[in-house]
Amino acid sequence: MLNVTPVFAVPALSPALPELMLAVGALALVLIGAIRGQSANGLINVLAIALLGATLAAVVGFGVDRAVTFEGAFINDAFGRFMKVLTLAGAIMALLLSLDFMKSRGIEKFEYPILIVLSTLGMMMMISSNDLISLYLGLELQSLALYVVASIHRDDAKSTEAGLKYFVLGALSSGMLLYGASMIYGFTGSVNFESIAKVLQGQSSTGAIFGLVFVAAGLAFKVSAVPFHMWTPDVYEGAPTPVTAFFATAPKMAAMALFVRVMVEAFPGITLQWRQIVTFLAIASMVLGAFAAIGQQNLKRLMAYSSIGNVGYALTALAAGDLAGVQGVAVFMTTYLMMTAGVFACVLALRTREGGHAETIGDLAGLSKSRPGIAFVLAMLMFSLIGIPPLAGFFGKFYAFSAAIHAKLYILAVIGIVASVVSAFYYLRIVKVMYFDEPTTTYENGAAGVRAVMALSFAFVFLFALFAGPIVGAAATAAKSLF
Amino acid sequence: MLGLGILSGLLILPLVGALFIAFALKDDAAGQRNTRWVALWTTLATLLLTLFAWADFDTTKAGFQLIERREWLGPSIVYQLGVDGVSMPFVLLTAFLMPFCVVASWESVTKRVREYMIAFLVLETMMIGVFTALDTVLFYVFFEAGLIPMFLIIGIWGGARRIYASFKLFLYTLLGSVLMLLAIMAMYWDAGTTDMIKLLAHTFDAKMQFWLFLAFFASFAVKMPMWPVHTWLPDAHVEAPTAGSVILAAVLLKMGGYGFIRFSLPMFPDASVYFTPMIFALSVIAIVYTSLVAMMQDDIKKLIAYSSVAHMGFVTMGIFSGNMQGLQGAVFQMISHGLVSGALFLCVGVIYDRMHTREISAYGGIVNKMPWYGLAFMVLTMANVGLPGTSGFVGEFLTLMGAFKANTWVAAIATTGVILSACYALWLYARVVFGEVTRPVFETIPDLDRREMIMLVPLVLLVIYYGVQPGPILDASAASLDLILKSYQSAAAAVSKTAALAP
Repeated sequence: MLNVTPVFAVPALSPALPELMLAVGALALVLIGAIRGQSANGLINVLAIALLGATLAAVVGFGVDRAVTFEGAFINDAFGRFMKVLTLAGAIMALLLSLDFMKSRGIEKFEYPILIVLSTLGMMMMISSNDLISLYLGLELQSLALYVVASIHRDDAKSTEAGLKYFVLGALSSGMLLYGASMIYGFTGSVNFESIAKVLQGQSSTGAIFGLVFVAAGLAFKVSAVPFHMWTPDVYEGAPTPVTAFFATAPKMAAMALFVRVMVEAFPGITLQWRQIVTFLAIASMVLGAFAAIGQQNLKRLMAYSSIGNVGYALTALAAGDLAGVQGVAVFMTTYLMMTAGVFACVLALRTREGGHAETIGDLAGLSKSRPGIAFVLAMLMFSLIGIPPLAGFFGKFYAFSAAIHAKLYILAVIGIVASVVSAFYYLRIVKVMYFDEPTTTYENGAAGVRAVMALSFAFVFLFALFAGPIVGAAATAAKSLF
Repeated sequence: MLGLGILSGLLILPLVGALFIAFALKDDAAGQRNTRWVALWTTLATLLLTLFAWADFDTTKAGFQLIERREWLGPSIVYQLGVDGVSMPFVLLTAFLMPFCVVASWESVTKRVREYMIAFLVLETMMIGVFTALDTVLFYVFFEAGLIPMFLIIGIWGGARRIYASFKLFLYTLLGSVLMLLAIMAMYWDAGTTDMIKLLAHTFDAKMQFWLFLAFFASFAVKMPMWPVHTWLPDAHVEAPTAGSVILAAVLLKMGGYGFIRFSLPMFPDASVYFTPMIFALSVIAIVYTSLVAMMQDDIKKLIAYSSVAHMGFVTMGIFSGNMQGLQGAVFQMISHGLVSGALFLCVGVIYDRMHTREISAYGGIVNKMPWYGLAFMVLTMANVGLPGTSGFVGEFLTLMGAFKANTWVAAIATTGVILSACYALWLYARVVFGEVTRPVFETIPDLDRREMIMLVPLVLLVIYYGVQPGPILDASAASLDLILKSYQSAAAAVSKTAALAP
């Protein structure tokens, strides 16, 4: 029997059902927006959140063991689903955080939720990509939407600057990634991850390693690992706060998932080579994240450096490159997502009478007296970011460093854990300002969406120890699907 | 009860009190009064429950008792609690001292009373958790989580340099602890479990023991604290509110010694033997050097803090002497120091509440108007010196005896510490209590009131009771210590055998 693929054969669509839902939904939202104009803002916001929620349900509900479609370009496995749940959760929380903010700043546009949905679609494709082409497609869909979102406040010089900076540097990183991908294709003769892995099994080709370096550089850009982190503080500071919250959560999940998948699926044969790259990125990120944040006064810049440091911890786990390593990344990113969303929710909940929000560390002075609830939540989030048990952040770091220890990367683990003690200093400074100083500013009540995210993240971080078992188990299942 | 054992109850009870204070009480005058009473009753109930646990405890058994076990993080990291003869006395000590802390803060803490009591109750859970956890990850969770309330207690209710002191305490202890965390992970991958009962039966190879010992040492040495990483303690003590100092000196410092006995000796016996000379050296330096430093202090709390470091030197010396006398002495010394230093800080709190200064030179001749206070302070000072008839003597004597068996020189030098401790303690007593009445205030200063009597009398009586009747504590820990000692002694025997074989 002839084994010829018909030209117009329709590939199996069911593994990509959540992505299809999101794509169709986004187009429908564009139509609604185009027909009803800016008056449909509120409706589109609600519909976008509902759409993301439905997609989340679809990701969880249509769990297959492992399915590959589109000629091997798209994969649906447990690891992908785990990371997609995180990404979608991040996007939903970011939208909830932005509802009120955009209105109060007069920058509410119906395109904003649609762009968030489209970039989330790109992220889900990144997570599910199984070859270099679909990787690039997902990445660019995500990035292009993010560039626009960064400068959504187009009358604000800082926001525009953030968008431009992000675009120029992002384009550069995409270029590097593409260059590396083309070299890998040239030296291995395939774009499919499994085929690349097969070619590189047992023998390493210098050309492919050269390409790997460029791909790793491009990916490091996307996760904002040192030395490709320069855009992060400026973009985080310049973009509107809820957009920063989005940048710090959902795209990080997707980019880290992609990093893991490329390294573990396509290059398992040359783990020792890429481990050097990842180890260097991890050490540089953790150290710079810890030291550079000490001098920051602006909360968003501080969170930028904090996120750089946290990416370093996730890369520490990835450096292990084994089952424990992937599990470590998954658990760590889960805790990181909830902590970061919570911190931004706290900041956005601090609304002054004039409609402004807390910007600097000084604005938090004496918060434990003026807003004890928010102060307590933020303090617990800070302790969690330090990694103090029994809060969620401890378990994230525990699994990340435990993976490094398992792979006998002792030096990496020791440097990382010492960096985390250094970072404790600036997290503690926020607790100190809130609890040991006297209040200066009074704040109004935060918006409902913001408070919902805050409560959710607090419950997750504070009570994590009680339900850690199932989450750790799900992460272990996710990790197993890559091996 | 609810499928939970008595030890889980000990962990939950203070948290229930804390939750009740957080949600049911307001921060007005009536709410503050109720908060104090709720906190007191919660700590008393916990003490009562501890006594029930004590009644269930069989001191003749060497292994762990009252064990509870349930799944936590997957199959290998479990929620497991249990006590043996070493941990039971510490649980009792913790539960016993908490009501005193609440009483000591009754009048001196007036701002943010709710948060204060919540912090103390949470701290109680964490401390009991440290002594009852039988899983290394669970142990670490409790060990480290106690930092949050302690940081807030010093930072919010502390003295003038409270921020510096709280940051120093937090960062110092955290740096030590995280290295222990890495060691815990390494042990997990080597033994495949974090269950301490299984880990005690597991043998780590000698090279690995070396690093594991050092990592645990980093954590426990800071917590003890041993010279030269003790500098956070005087700062923390000086700035902490009275009850904070009491808990810090009486319980938190004991976690280090407990850790040495629970982890270092039985799990890394070869490394323990190898590092014994280093520990001896550090202990002896701590005893002599910090005693001399204590003599030159002009802040009462700082003086007692330095004397604590010296007394902890006796503990580490006793633990690593590797014989029964030394180990029993170390446990006894820790319990005794918990009572004595706790009570001493309460004494300082009594005069601080009246005068609002801790400068030694600000006091003098207060015995004229405060005879009862003078008496209590005297008994405690004598116990601090280690006078026979007080509990301080038993611990110091046993640890010195143990050290004498292990290394005569160490014992000889450490004994000078006893003399030095007499110097600083008696001199402090003379300057504060006796002498000329330096200021007119002391003509009208009131003696101990009823609350302060309730606070000090039981402690003073216990200090004397254990001085003449040390049996209860020694018997309780004997069987368990014997078991712990076996692995250490066989390792030591192996070392001397290879030494004998060498040409």
